[in-house]
Amino acid sequence: MSRKPHVRKRYWNEPVMGWWERAYLPEILRGLAITGGVFVRNMLKWMTGRKGALTTYYPEETRWDYAAGNRGKHVLTRRPDGSPQCIACNMCATVCPAKVIEIEAAFDPSDSAHPKYPVRFEIDYSRCVFCGLCVEACPEDAIRMAKEVPDLPADDRWTMWLGKSELLDWQPQADVAKPYPPRARTGDGA
Amino acid sequence: MIADLVISLVFIGYAISVLMGFGTILTWVERKQAAVMSDRIGANRAYIRIPFTKVKLVWWGLFHGMADGLKMLLKEDFKPRTYDWYAYAVAPWVVFTPVLLVFAVIPFGGTLTPAALWAPLGEWFGDKSYPMQIATLDAGLLIVFAFSGLTIIGAMLAGWSSSNKFSLLGALRAGSQMISYELVLGLTVLGLILIYGTVDLDSMVRKQSGTVLGVLPAWGIVYQPFAAILFLTAAIAENKRIPFDLPEAESELIAGYFTEYSAMKMGLFMFAEFIEIAVIGALFTTLFLGGYNLPFMSDAGFAFPGGAAVAMPHGAVVVTQLATFLAKVFVVCSFQILIRWTLPRFRYDQVLTFAWKFMLPLAIANLCVTAVAVWWIRA
Repeated sequence: MSRKPHVRKRYWNEPVMGWWERAYLPEILRGLAITGGVFVRNMLKWMTGRKGALTTYYPEETRWDYAAGNRGKHVLTRRPDGSPQCIACNMCATVCPAKVIEIEAAFDPSDSAHPKYPVRFEIDYSRCVFCGLCVEACPEDAIRMAKEVPDLPADDRWTMWLGKSELLDWQPQADVAKPYPPRARTGDGA
Repeated sequence: MIADLVISLVFIGYAISVLMGFGTILTWVERKQAAVMSDRIGANRAYIRIPFTKVKLVWWGLFHGMADGLKMLLKEDFKPRTYDWYAYAVAPWVVFTPVLLVFAVIPFGGTLTPAALWAPLGEWFGDKSYPMQIATLDAGLLIVFAFSGLTIIGAMLAGWSSSNKFSLLGALRAGSQMISYELVLGLTVLGLILIYGTVDLDSMVRKQSGTVLGVLPAWGIVYQPFAAILFLTAAIAENKRIPFDLPEAESELIAGYFTEYSAMKMGLFMFAEFIEIAVIGALFTTLFLGGYNLPFMSDAGFAFPGGAAVAMPHGAVVVTQLATFLAKVFVVCSFQILIRWTLPRFRYDQVLTFAWKFMLPLAIANLCVTAVAVWWIRA
């Protein structure tokens, strides 16, 4: 049994070092100059009170360049009279892949058009995957996702449950796609 | 006698606090410098809260080093089932102690005359003056090499006694690499010994206090620029840091020779590495950057080539020299960190080829040229 010695395959585009690269030291110095230059530039920025880094200090600082269609924190929309648009049909809770939505429905005899309403509507943001399926499933346009992310860094997960009042009452910045609060329905298709 | 003892104790206390301070600060400097070099912010979340208030002191993440130290102290001290537990326990100290000892012969300041500092001290000290150095030894540089050679034993012991194949491989790598580069280190310094005609570090520094051609400071780097580069390279290889961190190469050997160490034993290895950065900085400063000397400065004050002179009191001179030394050491340390975060790691055969086929011939050539030049000038 004879074994052939291993011969490394040669590729057509292998980099070839010239004598300057082979001398090693100049290229090392060039590399050091690049990193040192970046260091000096960033350090000057820090020392003159500007930010010398690309990182965002989350949560103290939030990025301004979230996409307009970013799926962030949920918004529960309201009817013109202020009651939640949600009819507690549980479609969002059913479609939710992370099973983070909990709805407790109740009966309101005084509103004949929408007798069913949620007493409890909770989202567990520690498990939410921000897929947006709840928004798509909603037949009433009662739940939307705003551009801003939920500002929730916390030490324990129980503070990451947001309830109905929080989701109804917080004010997202202007939504370019749909105005919020929604315009009153006039009945002529507007 | 008592006075000498007091001065010695003061110097030892100063040296230890400087080294420990550098060791702690450098962990922070390394993180922050790496972060700034790569457009990041760096560690900045650890804070100390003033009790009973809501004031949180962050101080640019300086407390991260403290948090790390606390973590290492409080962690479980995992002990592997090894056949040589004594060697296992003693190895971190064998690495750590010589690093501190090397600093004993490095002069960190000029001459201290207590009487000139403050008149009442004169009653006790008389007109004695002390060179600011822990051990005033003729064999200074030889001591440095003797002690820095000891750290190899620690690394080998650690790797051997861990009964782990990764550790043993790391230890073997450490041994061959450190011995190779020790040779280069010694040969690069020989040129300086030829020029200054002494191995005593204090008199070496004193000989670097003048000027060459009237303007350039008479520092070792001016006489031996090539040796300075070789020395720094070999010293980084001695310290086993990137690009020469083959003994620990985490992608191949987990952590090399200290794979089996945890808690503060592992912390000692890390701390020794950071202190050695400072010690290399101090050695480089002493040998090549004129130690505590500033250009045109003597023990009496500044004397500029134009004829202008500024006289300084003894206290100011002492403080300036101490500060100069620390500043130079810090710059060299920072440069080492720059190298560490710029260059990628060598392959192992490249490390040894680099030592034996590239740096050793260059060091010998440098030595020959220096010898001929010294002979030519003396003759």
